[in-house]
Amino acid sequence: MKVTENDLQAYVDDRLEPGARREVDAHLAEHPDDVARVQAYLEQNAALHAAFDPVLNEPVPDRLRRIDTSRRSARFAVAAGWLVVGVLVGWFANTLVGTRGGPAPVSLARQAAVAHAVYSPEIRHPVEVLAAEQEHLVNWLSKRLGAKLKAPVLTAEGFDLVGGRLLPGQSGAVAQFMYQDAKGKRLTLYVSRIEGAQRDTAFRFSQEEKVAVFYWIDGPLGYALSGDLGKPQLLEIATSVYKQINP
Amino acid sequence: MDLQAIAPHIPRLRRYARALAGDQHAADDLVQDTVERAINKRHLWRPGSDLRAWLFAIMHNVFVNQLRARQAHPEAAIDEDELPAVPSVQGVRLEIRDLESALALLPPEQREIVLLVGLEQLSYAEVAKTLDIPIGTVMSRLFRGRERLRVLITGATPAPSLKVVK
Repeated sequence: MKVTENDLQAYVDDRLEPGARREVDAHLAEHPDDVARVQAYLEQNAALHAAFDPVLNEPVPDRLRRIDTSRRSARFAVAAGWLVVGVLVGWFANTLVGTRGGPAPVSLARQAAVAHAVYSPEIRHPVEVLAAEQEHLVNWLSKRLGAKLKAPVLTAEGFDLVGGRLLPGQSGAVAQFMYQDAKGKRLTLYVSRIEGAQRDTAFRFSQEEKVAVFYWIDGPLGYALSGDLGKPQLLEIATSVYKQINP
Repeated sequence: MDLQAIAPHIPRLRRYARALAGDQHAADDLVQDTVERAINKRHLWRPGSDLRAWLFAIMHNVFVNQLRARQAHPEAAIDEDELPAVPSVQGVRLEIRDLESALALLPPEQREIVLLVGLEQLSYAEVAKTLDIPIGTVMSRLFRGRERLRVLITGATPAPSLKVVK
């Protein structure tokens, strides 16, 4: 089958059936120009979320809350709104889960590095859920990915959990945990479902411009630890993450 | 159906409007007009159908009407002083600003689709229904919009004065 432009767009948006997705994967393996375009479009989507998701956290201006005369329980409505927003976001993310097309490990590293570059400089909204609600965070992300996740403890390595967020990835919902050290340097752990992956892999290293990434596959999940750190230090932390996930 | 039913959707309407209109004031005008219109036309909403999709469809109509009005009254252009300041000079923030300025340079009909798909994560069929256009048109505008964004972002940086052009 000839891969069409519509297929490429649907690939970016994760709207393809597994069979069609495999065909696009095969096409991409032979068309580096299209890989670059797909990558650029994925980055556009991530950048749109980074730029505009903070609007969701802004208080709704009074003029939008007082459009009709019944002002009772406006606060409740806003709170309920958040619940609905959460459910909707979850639902949309969830509909993305379950398609095949686990990213090749190399693209896992690349995706993780892009997500790190987009979110780690955020001052006001680095995460969706703060570490104070860690149990909720881990349960929520586990549910969305359909796998039991853990937020590793990296205090011995000098990093504290900031929180986490849900991201759209090439193969569905992706979890990102963010850590920060005393100097404000940030690390992110990107966890993505790898459908169809049969074998675990050893650690692999990728330098994505300034972001160093160690990544590996462990069962159904791909992990990528990203940070603007030296390779030895990042390896030490990656080892700790791995040991905590496989006690 | 009243404001209380609509209120849960307002944060997402504001997010979409901000990306579509470019600045907070114009975006909240768009949301306000949309909500007022939805309340006035509430008898047209079918209970049980997707309220959010219906609100997006109304916002599309309001947006198109505003564009027409602005073309008829060019003096009502956006005030440059209302552009949000860039909070940081770090590379990523600059990239995001480039994204925002590039978005503003997209034809509105492409911008809407790039945002409904990429930011609001509507399916192509939902976008077609919301905008009342064939799905083939959705796909071709999506491609053209994304490609144009890519060229704008990776190519030459637009000059500052271009960033306010709507």
